[in-house]
Amino acid sequence: MLTIKNLHAEINGKEILKGINLEIKEGEVHAIMGPNGSGKSTLSAVLTGNENYKVTDGEVIFKGRNLLEMSVEQRAKEGIFLSFQYPVEIPGVSMINFMKTAINEQRKYRGLPELTASEFLKYTREMKEFVELKDDLANRQVNVGFSGGEKKRNEIFQMAMLRPCLSILDETDSGLDIDALRIVANGVNKLKTPETSCIVITHYQRLLDFIVPDVVHILYNGRIVKTAGKELALELEEKGYGWIKQQLGE
Amino acid sequence: MDIKKKYIDIFESCAEQFRKSDTDFMFAKRNEALESFRQNGLPTAKTENYRNFNIADIFSTEFGNVLQNKTNVDLNEYFKCEVENMDAEVVLVSNGMYYDQNKILPDKAIICSLKEAQTKHRDIFEKYYNSSASNFGDGFVNLSTMLADDGLFVYIPDNVRLEKTLQIINLNHGFGSKNIVKRNLIVLGENSSLSVVVCDHTLNSSNNFVIDTTESFIGNGSKLTHYTLQNEPDQSSLVSSHLAELGDNANIESFVLTLHGGIVRNNLRVRFNGEHSDANLLGLYLIDRKQYVDNYTLIEHLVPNCNSNELYKGILDEQARGSFMGKIIVHEGAQKTAAYQTNRNLCLTGDARMTTKPQLEIYADDVQCSHGATVGQLDEEALFYLRQRGISTKEAKLMLMFAFANDILMNMHIEPLKERISGMINSRLRGELSECSNCLLNCEGGNCNM
Repeated sequence: MLTIKNLHAEINGKEILKGINLEIKEGEVHAIMGPNGSGKSTLSAVLTGNENYKVTDGEVIFKGRNLLEMSVEQRAKEGIFLSFQYPVEIPGVSMINFMKTAINEQRKYRGLPELTASEFLKYTREMKEFVELKDDLANRQVNVGFSGGEKKRNEIFQMAMLRPCLSILDETDSGLDIDALRIVANGVNKLKTPETSCIVITHYQRLLDFIVPDVVHILYNGRIVKTAGKELALELEEKGYGWIKQQLGE
Repeated sequence: MDIKKKYIDIFESCAEQFRKSDTDFMFAKRNEALESFRQNGLPTAKTENYRNFNIADIFSTEFGNVLQNKTNVDLNEYFKCEVENMDAEVVLVSNGMYYDQNKILPDKAIICSLKEAQTKHRDIFEKYYNSSASNFGDGFVNLSTMLADDGLFVYIPDNVRLEKTLQIINLNHGFGSKNIVKRNLIVLGENSSLSVVVCDHTLNSSNNFVIDTTESFIGNGSKLTHYTLQNEPDQSSLVSSHLAELGDNANIESFVLTLHGGIVRNNLRVRFNGEHSDANLLGLYLIDRKQYVDNYTLIEHLVPNCNSNELYKGILDEQARGSFMGKIIVHEGAQKTAAYQTNRNLCLTGDARMTTKPQLEIYADDVQCSHGATVGQLDEEALFYLRQRGISTKEAKLMLMFAFANDILMNMHIEPLKERISGMINSRLRGELSECSNCLLNCEGGNCNM
């Protein structure tokens, strides 16, 4: 699905990613953990094509194609989805219009006919049920006036609507109480298929109790310094990042 | 040639004709305006309210006479307007001249030409005409009083609520460069209401200079909704002034939409003469290329307990330039005034320029006032968010621009019109609305080869 080789990236001339190597296969869930400032969010920004970041070296192959040559929207249409750490409020744009435009642009890209208004509404209803979204978020403006929890649930709702093949969840657990966390995680788990993959960026083991990773990586100072199974997250929770720093001889 | 002298010459060349066709009252008003114009002339770059306005740009074109020949063609044949969902009384104005359709309004409401009103409705006409404009002190308004060949007169008697919207279509046609000068007078008695939509429909791209002044008098308990949809060719110039006087418990909702136009200047003055009145003042300009739009608003709270809420927004693309100057004066004794003013702008390119100057003058101590102005770019984070969901950059920008303009629509109160205007804004932003589309409100049957 995704192969990252020796990826270097900088923002405003400051190097953040210093040679990332990562291989994610279809159906796998990878957790990326690491202290603040280690480059976790930069990695998600670079994978989604955020133009504020400059890739200085390395390559990223997504489904056999060079991802770095694609525009933000093309990556999305190829199936990359980012659940934002801080979903942005967009006053004046309704959720319905936003999702309808997004879905139909993606369908057009895949050579599928656009959904009619009634098909779209029916699909929206189904997906709201699917992710246990009870509130009438659909009639509201994109993220405007949403609580922190609502914003994160809205991200998962969009993920359900768009059915990406690679989802990047950037600290989806931050700002969620335990019930909201369970709902969000349930949604992610239900959307999981043998063909889809997921990168879960988090600080805490807590989310990984619900979304169980196949592989856990520790990102530190722009590099992946440790990769293991799900037990690594538990160890990290217990010992803290100081333990990693010690192992690295810092 | 000196522009001031040129217009005085134009007046003198028409004076004899005016004397013959005018009532004594009307001719006296022209001469009063002439005197004021002789003293003050046109605004210059030093005139505070016109600081950003380059008058020389207008007069780089030579404009012809102000008297229009009555058109021989039957405009009703050419122009049939059927606005879906909009129950409108349509009135055509041809190059500033009321195009006689013997329009009869219900409940003794009156619409006729300014010429006709002078004699036929002499009492009302002489009570109101020029009583507001004469103290505005604007050179262009003086010019319109001096030179207006015609215009519209609308009178709504007491206790009459005109249900149908009055749609006034300004058909500017013919070739060459013309001065089109008109004066409109709208009078609402007590407890009456009227909604007016003024649309521009230029039938060919001649470069006219239009000077259009409207006085409106809104009696106690009455409500005027006044929407102006400006859509002039790139090489044209327009100075449009609306002077509104409100009585007690009166209400005005004004909306000025500029979609196209070479040089556009809008003056809006609202004066609260009676208590417990409200003004909801909206403006939107969507301009590109080398267009210039200048909005000047003056809101005068002369008495206590009135509310004014002003929201003007603009999107400037390419090399467009804009100016907003909004002044609110809360006069001494106008306690419990609530006056809010906001001007927000998006400059889409580095070449687009916007100057904004909100001004508050408060001479009372128990008031709530605020003003704010911003000039910015599209929100990069929002753009990224939309694109990350697969929406193309172009479409994402359109969505954000439309959302920006949507604030204005949310403040409108006539539903069918709101929908129409929403559609117009959308197609304007998509670049689909040209200068010569069949009327802004999607009417049918315009013939563009007249």
